[in-house]
Amino acid sequence: MTSERARYPRIGSPERERLLARLADRAKFIRLETVRLAEIPGAGHYTGTFSAAELIASLYYAELAYRPGDPAWPDRDRMVLSKGHAAIGLYPVLADVGFFAPGLLDDYTRLGSPFGDHPDMRKIKGIDFSSGSLGHGLSVSVGMALAARVSGRGYRTFCIVGDGELAEGQVWEAAMAAGHYRLGSLVCIVDRNYLSIDGPTEDIMGIEPLADKFASFRWSVQRIDGHDLDAILDAYDRLEPPGQGQPQVIIADTVKGRGVRRMEGDVGWHVGRLAGADYDEVVAEIAGGLQPLGSGAGRD
Amino acid sequence: MTDPGAAGGAQPREAAPDPGQDMSGLFRGTAGAQALKDPKSGKGIAVTSIPAFVAGAELADLARDDDRIVVLTADLAHANRTIDFASRHPGRFFNVGVAEQNMFSIAAGMASAGLIPFASTFASYAALLACEQIRTDCAYPGMPVRILAHHSGMSLGFYGTSHHSLEDLAIMRAIADLTVVCAADAHQLRAILRASLSHPGPIYIRLGRGRDPQVYAEPPASFQFGRAIRLREGSDLAIITTGSEVHACLGAAESLQAAGISARVIDMHTIRPLDTREILTAAVETGTVLTVEEHNITGGLGSAVAETLADAGVAARFLRHGVPDEHVLLGPPAALYAHYRLDAAGIESTARQLLAR
Repeated sequence: MTSERARYPRIGSPERERLLARLADRAKFIRLETVRLAEIPGAGHYTGTFSAAELIASLYYAELAYRPGDPAWPDRDRMVLSKGHAAIGLYPVLADVGFFAPGLLDDYTRLGSPFGDHPDMRKIKGIDFSSGSLGHGLSVSVGMALAARVSGRGYRTFCIVGDGELAEGQVWEAAMAAGHYRLGSLVCIVDRNYLSIDGPTEDIMGIEPLADKFASFRWSVQRIDGHDLDAILDAYDRLEPPGQGQPQVIIADTVKGRGVRRMEGDVGWHVGRLAGADYDEVVAEIAGGLQPLGSGAGRD
Repeated sequence: MTDPGAAGGAQPREAAPDPGQDMSGLFRGTAGAQALKDPKSGKGIAVTSIPAFVAGAELADLARDDDRIVVLTADLAHANRTIDFASRHPGRFFNVGVAEQNMFSIAAGMASAGLIPFASTFASYAALLACEQIRTDCAYPGMPVRILAHHSGMSLGFYGTSHHSLEDLAIMRAIADLTVVCAADAHQLRAILRASLSHPGPIYIRLGRGRDPQVYAEPPASFQFGRAIRLREGSDLAIITTGSEVHACLGAAESLQAAGISARVIDMHTIRPLDTREILTAAVETGTVLTVEEHNITGGLGSAVAETLADAGVAARFLRHGVPDEHVLLGPPAALYAHYRLDAAGIESTARQLLAR
């Protein structure tokens, strides 16, 4: 599967297995921290964070170039979390890799805390752009990629968008611009978890055929299982080098709430709260790692 | 009634047309620069006094020494003359098509990577269509995006309400961390653009009617955001104005002077942060304050001045003069200014009414 440009260890090799184990552990860490932090305000975006856990872990523990001790390093790869409501799963990662002290997260969402439901780049080291209002992040990322070209820098810009977010018209203004400018350094990752707040995306506002849409906007398209860490690393390996080529999208088919059986594919858990025995059960379940999907979970 | 600026008369600062700039491509089907003559104005207008039309050239000059500057527009490169930047710095010019929201978010992303983007479109589409992108992507993260909001107010005359921006100051001045400034003429715009290069955070730059007569003989060297410019001393009343109305207010003050009324004229170019000291000084020293703006009477300069006076507990005869709270008539701009008494004659009569109260 991997190309000649592959940078990750060969599938089946001990190095690969070690990397996969590490990433799976960090995805578990993201889910556990999400559950822990959501307890503080008593509400959290669990499920849209769980669907992106493997994507976030693979970016920050494998793919992205950055320097926690020098957050403004001009040549760092950029990562825009356009679906800003998954920030609860990103903050612990930024702390874990060294951008700030993990203990700061203990005051998540409390009065005056830098850490709210959506990320603020002026207050949090490691956040490349503030987000929260859906539909903006891909345009911002286009600007970052254009800036790299203007300034002669070689960084990539990654942007994680949600699938419900794709109903925002601005996303397609940005997609059109990225294709027009041939922003080969821009990588959009769609967390395709098939649910928006009110129900299945294809019932609320259908976005398929998604791969065809991006292709028609002059993007190169990959579609993978967004919880399969091997597939994610292969997708990164298949990215064309940053340059004048087409912008690149990875459509990651995921399951909203993945990793917690009661939440998988359940629209009711977009924002929710775990308490008491439920909390303990869920922590134990996450600690056990990803299990096969239950019946009824996932996409229609 | 005519547009006092275009009609000349009491305006000594009228500049000569710049023969070096070819305007023939702007208006098809007519004879080049002749097309700029507004039949209601009765006289051609100096090219150098068209603020929106000098931004591209000025930025192109500045960009020779500052490689952070990039310019964006949304399919209005000829209307706003950013084409003059594009021709000299093609690698730093981005025409994103008719996609204003996308443009301001792109500009914010560029700014986050160290560039200083100047993003240009009609004021109505900047402040209204892309309001949230300006708030959320430019102001909230403190990005140094410069918003060139041209053809503001009702300067697009007969294009109608879709193209008017008579609400933009009210909206923009409610956004934290956003500097809001209005250019009275091309020279002041040059000063604003130069000062913007060392100014933190985003700036909303409101450009007037597009054909503003000259107010300043040269770019004011001492220009500072938030520091009003007293253009004319006076003791009977103070006219506090901004942007496209500055010239007409000077004309009104001239006429009032002839009748023995001494009118102070203050160019309150920066709406946010507001020069409250200059406002309070004017109220205390003259006892009568008239605000004049090409903006809905709600929420703009007049409201900002009223808030300042009320907060300070300073009593003065006071009147907000602007566009009434309605969707305005359409028509040639000069006719609109006369109809809504925002030309020199209308401002003069409004001032007399206030003084007679």
